[in-house]
Amino acid sequence: MAAEQSFYHTPSSPRHTGFTAWLLTTDHKRIGLMYGAVILCYFLVGMTLGLLMRTELMSVNHKIVSAQTYNALFTLHGVIMIFIFIIPGMPTIFGNFFMPIQIGAEDVIFPRLNLMTFYLFVIGGILAIVSLFAMGPPDTGWTFYVPFSISTHTGVTLTVFAVFVLGVSSMLTGINFITTIHRCRAKGMGWMQIPLFTWTIYSTAWVQVLATPVIGITMLLILVERVFGVGLLDPSKGGDPLMYQHLFWMYSHPAVYIMILPGMGIISEIFPVFSRKPIFGYRSIVAAGMGIATIGSLVWAHHMFVSGISDEAVLVFSFFTFIVAVPSAVKVFNWVSTMYGGSIDFKPPLFFALWFIFLFTIGGLTGLVQGAAGQNVHIHDTHWVVGHFHFVMFGGSGFALIAGLHYWWPKMFGRMYDYKKAFIGGYMLVVGFMMHYFPMFILGLEGMPRRYYTYLPRYWAWNFFEGIGGYIMVAGIILIFVNLFLSFRNPPTAPADPWGGTTLEWSIPSPPPLKNFTREPIVASYPYDFSEQARKLKEGGTDVTT
Amino acid sequence: MSDHIDNKGTRMGMWFFLYTEIMLFGGLFVLYAAYFHRYTKDFIIAGNETMLVLGTLNTAILLVSSFAVAAAVKAMGRNSSKAVIVLLSITIFLGLAFLFNKYIEWSRDFTHGYYPGSAKMLDGPKGQSIFFALYFTLTGLHALHVFIGTTVLGTCIVLTVKKRITATRMNFLENTGLFWHLVDIIWIFLFPLFYLLL
Amino acid sequence: MKKADTRSNEVIEENQEYTISYRQLSVVLGALLTLTALTVAVSRINLGYMKIWISLLIAAAKGTLVLLFFMQIRSVGKAVSVTFIVTLVILALFIGLIFFDIDFR
Repeated sequence: MAAEQSFYHTPSSPRHTGFTAWLLTTDHKRIGLMYGAVILCYFLVGMTLGLLMRTELMSVNHKIVSAQTYNALFTLHGVIMIFIFIIPGMPTIFGNFFMPIQIGAEDVIFPRLNLMTFYLFVIGGILAIVSLFAMGPPDTGWTFYVPFSISTHTGVTLTVFAVFVLGVSSMLTGINFITTIHRCRAKGMGWMQIPLFTWTIYSTAWVQVLATPVIGITMLLILVERVFGVGLLDPSKGGDPLMYQHLFWMYSHPAVYIMILPGMGIISEIFPVFSRKPIFGYRSIVAAGMGIATIGSLVWAHHMFVSGISDEAVLVFSFFTFIVAVPSAVKVFNWVSTMYGGSIDFKPPLFFALWFIFLFTIGGLTGLVQGAAGQNVHIHDTHWVVGHFHFVMFGGSGFALIAGLHYWWPKMFGRMYDYKKAFIGGYMLVVGFMMHYFPMFILGLEGMPRRYYTYLPRYWAWNFFEGIGGYIMVAGIILIFVNLFLSFRNPPTAPADPWGGTTLEWSIPSPPPLKNFTREPIVASYPYDFSEQARKLKEGGTDVTT
Repeated sequence: MSDHIDNKGTRMGMWFFLYTEIMLFGGLFVLYAAYFHRYTKDFIIAGNETMLVLGTLNTAILLVSSFAVAAAVKAMGRNSSKAVIVLLSITIFLGLAFLFNKYIEWSRDFTHGYYPGSAKMLDGPKGQSIFFALYFTLTGLHALHVFIGTTVLGTCIVLTVKKRITATRMNFLENTGLFWHLVDIIWIFLFPLFYLLL
Repeated sequence: MKKADTRSNEVIEENQEYTISYRQLSVVLGALLTLTALTVAVSRINLGYMKIWISLLIAAAKGTLVLLFFMQIRSVGKAVSVTFIVTLVILALFIGLIFFDIDFR
C-alpha cells in the first residue's frame, strides 16, 4: 500500500527526488539520519585526534607531534567531541527521528526550521575545520580561557564563531522540540503518558534554550575582545578573567546535562523492554530528569574552585554539586529496580545499557570527589578529571548512544544486525575503556597534569598501559560500527516490533512510512504496560514480538 | 504534511525564541552586575557622560514604536491593510530614528574619547573604561537587533502589500511584533543602567 | 469558500483572547511615557545605593506593561506564562549566585 510504503521510498515533497529528497527534505526522519551521517564523520575525526594524543603519551621521550601541535590536538578533540558529537548527537539523531513518533505526531511542528538547524550545524562544523587552517589551529583547549584565547595568534576567532553558529543550531532545535511536545501530541497522550525518552528530550531542550545563549554571548565576547580590545575580560583594562570562566561554565556545565539526559532517556526505554516489566517509578524518573536540568544549572563554579573565587562561592557551589547527584542516583536505583523480578532478555541494547549503569556510576562517584572542595585542590587539572569526564561522557553518554543505536537500528533501517559481533565489539570496547580510562584516576592522584604533551618518567607505565587500552577500545568501536553497517547486507525484513516494546514507535512498520502513522495511534494510559505481552506469553509461545 | 497551521503553536515557538534573546543579553547583564558592584563610583562618574537627552528621546521613540506595532497587529486582525502599512511605516521610521540617534551619540563619544582604549580611558580609572566597554557592547548588540527588527518589519510591509499577510494568516506579523517588543523591553532596562546613574 | 470561512472563524475565535482596544493601547503608552518621565526625575534625587534598585523597579514595571498589554503574554497559554517566569528566575539565579563570588573576594 502506498501509505505504508517506507519513508525511504517516499520523498517528503513529490517534487524532490534523488539527492534533493534528502538535502531539501523537511521529514524529521531524514533530517535525523543526515545529522547522524555528519556526526559519525566528525566523531571518527575526533576519535583519531584522541588516539594521536594517547599515542604521543605512550612514550616520554619520543615525539610524534610537537608541543604546539599537541595543544591543537586536545583543543580540537574537545571542540569536536563536545560541540559536534555529544551535545548534538542524541537530540538531533534520536530526538529528531523518534520524539515525534513517540508522541504520535506526523513530524515536528516547524519542519523547515528543523532543516535550517541541520544546515547551521553543517556550517558550524565547516567553520571549525576552516579555523584549523586560518591562522593555525587553536591551542587554548576547548574552554578558550582568557587571557590566552585573546592573545594567542591562532585561529581562535573563527573557532569561537563556529561554536556560536553551532549554538544557534542547538537553540533552534530546542525551541522546535519544546513546542512540538506541547502542541503535537496525539489524542490521549497527556504529560504522564509521554515516554521517558521524550521527557528527557523535553528537559534537554529547555537547557538548550536557556543555557546555550550564554555561551553564545561568551564566544561573541572573545570575538569582540580579539577584534576591538574593549577590555571587558582584560585585567589591564579593568576586566576580570574570572568573569569569563563564570560565563563560560554557566553554559558548559548545563551542557553536560544536555549530553547525558537524552542518554538516560534511552536507558529508561531499554530497561523496561528487556526486563518485560514496567519501569520502576515513572513519575520519579520524570521528576529526577527535570530536577537534574534545574539544579544542574546552579553548579557551574565547581569548575573554578581553585581559580580564585571566594570561599563562600566554593561552599555554595560545592553544596549544589552534591545535591545534583541525588536525582541521578534516583534514576540509577529506578533502572536497577526495573530489572528486579523481570524476565530478562539479554540482547545487545540491554548489554550496553548495563555497562552504562556501571561506567556512569563510576563517573558520577568520581565527580563527587571533585565536587568536594578540599579534594578538588589536589586533583584539579590532573588526569583524575580527564578520567572522570570520560567515564560520564563516554561511558555514560557514549554507551547510551550505542545502546540507542542497537535498540532503534531495526526501526530506522528495517534490518536486524548480528548479535554476536555486537557483543564481541562491546566487550572489546569495555575492556579497552577500562584499561584506558581507569588508570587516569591513579595518575591524577599521583599528580600527573592534564593537557601536557609530556610527563615525568614515573608516570610512564600507566600511560603506556592506557595507550594499549586505547587501541583495543578503538578496535571495539570499529567492530561495533562495522557490524551495524553490515546489517545492510540483510534484506529489509525487520519486524515492526523486534524487542516487544510498548511505546508508539514499535506500533508502526520498520522503517516507518513518511507520515509515521497510517491510522490514528492508540495511546496507552501508561507507556510501559507489558500486560499485553504477558497475555501473549500465556496464550502460547515465547515470542512477544510482532 | 497537514495544511492546518497551528497559530498558537507558532506564537509559542516565537516566545521560546525570545527566551534565548533574554538569556543572550542576560549574559551581558551578568557582566554589568559584576562590574557595577566592583566599580560603583566609577560607573556613576562615567554615567554622567552619556547623553541623557538623546537617551530619553530614544526610550520614548521605542515605546511609541512598540505602540505602533501593537496597533498594526490589531489593525491586521481587523483586516485594515492600509492602517497596517501606515503603522508599520511609523514603526520603521522610529526604529531608524533610534539608530540615527545612536550614531550621533557614538560619534560624539568617539570624538571625546569616551571609549575603551582611548587615551582618556587608558589614563583614567579602569572602572570608567569598563563602563564604556559595557556601554558599547550592550548598546551595540541592541542596535544590531533594532536594525534586524527594522528590516523584518519592512518585510512585513512588503508581504502585507502582496496580500501574503492577511487577517487569517498573520503569524509572521505577530511574531515580528513580539520581537520588536522584546527589543523595546531590553532598552527599557539598558536606559537606567547607562543613562540614569547620575 | 466554505473552508476559508471556517478558518477565519477559528482565527477570530483565537483572537478573542487577544483583543485590546486602540484606546487601551494608548492608555498603556501614556503610562509607559509617564513612568519614563518619573524614572528620569527620580534619578536626579540623591538616593544613594537605592537609586539603581528603584530605577530597575520602574523599568520592571514598564516591562511588565509591555509584556501584558502590547505582547499579550497571557494569550498564548500557561506554557508561556509559566516558562517566562522560569527564564527570569534562572537569569536572576545566575546573577545572584555570581555575587557569592564577587561580593566576598
